[in-house]
Amino acid sequence: MIVTENLTKTFRVAERRRGALGKVAGLFHRQWRTVEALRGINFKLDEDELLGLIGPNGAGKSTTIKILCGILEPSAGGCEVGGLVPWRERVKHVARIGAVFGQRTQLWWDLPVIESFELLRDIYRVPEDRYRKTSSALIDLLDLSRLLDTPVRQLSLGQRMRCELAASMIHEPRVLFLDEPTIGLDAVAKLAVREFVRTLNRERGVTVILTTHDMHDIEALAERVIVIGKGVILADGSLTSLRRGALAERRLRVQFAGEVETVNVAGATVRRVQDRSVELSFDPRVTSAHQLIAHVAAAFDVEDIHLEDPPIEEAIARFYALHALEA
Amino acid sequence: MRALLVPYLGVFRARFNLLLQYRAAALAGFGTQCWWGAIKIMVFAAFFRSAGATPMTLRQAVDYVWLGQAFLTLLPWSVDPEIARMVRTGDVAYERLRPLDTYAFWYARAVARRTATPLLRAVPMIVTAGIVLPLLGLPQWSLSAPAGLAAGALFFLSMILVIALSSAISTLMDIITVATLSDRGVNTLIGPLIIVFSGSLIPLPLFQDWLQPALRVQPFAGLLDIPFRIYGGHLADADALGGLARQAIWVGVLILLGRLFMGRTMAKLQAQGG
Repeated sequence: MIVTENLTKTFRVAERRRGALGKVAGLFHRQWRTVEALRGINFKLDEDELLGLIGPNGAGKSTTIKILCGILEPSAGGCEVGGLVPWRERVKHVARIGAVFGQRTQLWWDLPVIESFELLRDIYRVPEDRYRKTSSALIDLLDLSRLLDTPVRQLSLGQRMRCELAASMIHEPRVLFLDEPTIGLDAVAKLAVREFVRTLNRERGVTVILTTHDMHDIEALAERVIVIGKGVILADGSLTSLRRGALAERRLRVQFAGEVETVNVAGATVRRVQDRSVELSFDPRVTSAHQLIAHVAAAFDVEDIHLEDPPIEEAIARFYALHALEA
Repeated sequence: MRALLVPYLGVFRARFNLLLQYRAAALAGFGTQCWWGAIKIMVFAAFFRSAGATPMTLRQAVDYVWLGQAFLTLLPWSVDPEIARMVRTGDVAYERLRPLDTYAFWYARAVARRTATPLLRAVPMIVTAGIVLPLLGLPQWSLSAPAGLAAGALFFLSMILVIALSSAISTLMDIITVATLSDRGVNTLIGPLIIVFSGSLIPLPLFQDWLQPALRVQPFAGLLDIPFRIYGGHLADADALGGLARQAIWVGVLILLGRLFMGRTMAKLQAQGG
């Protein structure tokens, strides 16, 4: 479905010189700085896959998406989406994709939501009966019926994002690009977005590429994750393998029945002690979980025990740190 | 053919309906324009009384002024504020996600803007200047009928070309906004150009004789001077047809220029904010 080959993008940015003299000099002679946004991105994505694209700010995620959408032209390398080269066959290509950029809007600011939908119907030349079926399904799925007559400028961010998602699917694209669709949303709205994307992908087989900074989006949706940093792919695989690679440790929280003086368990380090509970961390490659639990249970009077992975944010932060990326 | 036009008609309809809602602005504008028109006519009356031979009659000048007030918003005074906003916020990238010819898409928006707003303003202005003023006993200061049936018909054609020309200039201004990332430069420059060179400030025939050939060939004359002179009979027969031809040529040239420039600008588009 999607193939990229050594995708490269460099920008030329005018350098601002400091001070009044520098500003005057800048009038006559511009200094340019080259920014390498992408330095060779290679991946393949099959039909109906859902790919999470993560990386710190400025890593090149959005640039990749914009090239795949046909908005930007790469400086070198190439890509194909559904057999088309996006920027070369832009009109044909964009008719077959949908896109939502979380920080932008594709709805018409002063029009009621429903009129935006109708305008999109005209723009994508969707036949009337087809439009009626698709739009009513989308309105149901995203619970938009009460918002339809509200001008877009009056919607809350969460309401607007639900409308944006519907707008991106009016022409039933087979590929959907989501660039930070959950940015700034409250918990309820985030869940609604995830639910919708999951339905599209699992039930309708829409291929999805999603960028986000919220690892819960990735946990909830993506089977496959690509980490981009400084314009190259640093990891490509499942979230679990990424997590294990960056931060192998697991954690054991133990609640004791009585007071405990010192906790010393072989193969584990104490992270935190609070009243009668303690948090241990261990490396599952060295000490297995059941060994550790057996050991703890034998040595102490245990009331409750809880095994968990470190929070995903922590693992990703560690991954970025390992690759010297600033998050 | 209709299927081909559906998206462009769609955006035209949406913008047109939206702009028709700005009735308060139209009312305020109407008040200002009546006042301004009256002052200009008084100035011209004084000027024509003291001048000897004039290149146009006072009657023609009065019509010219009223029509100018009626169709003021037909002129491309400013960049589409919506497009300026899209450029500022980066939403302009979405315009490239539409399976459309972006130039035609924006041109359709411009046509909506150059028809809906003038419609709101022109009707009350023409009624006031053409019907109310004579009823008040001021026929010499009113807007008179076109110089003849032919003049009326040619005026109508010429006004359609005004819409086409004004929209072509508007779209070009939109594209310059994308290229320079701000609407301020274009908006500052275009105003004085239009005021002087369309004839909006002073009818072009009243400028010095040696300037006339240059004034005739520049594009802004087609926004106002040509149709208004046709209306009053100052441009008639072959001269009127020549005026229409000059308008049509500028429409063609500016659309071509706009398309060329848009292609180059969009190829270099760098979406802001990564």
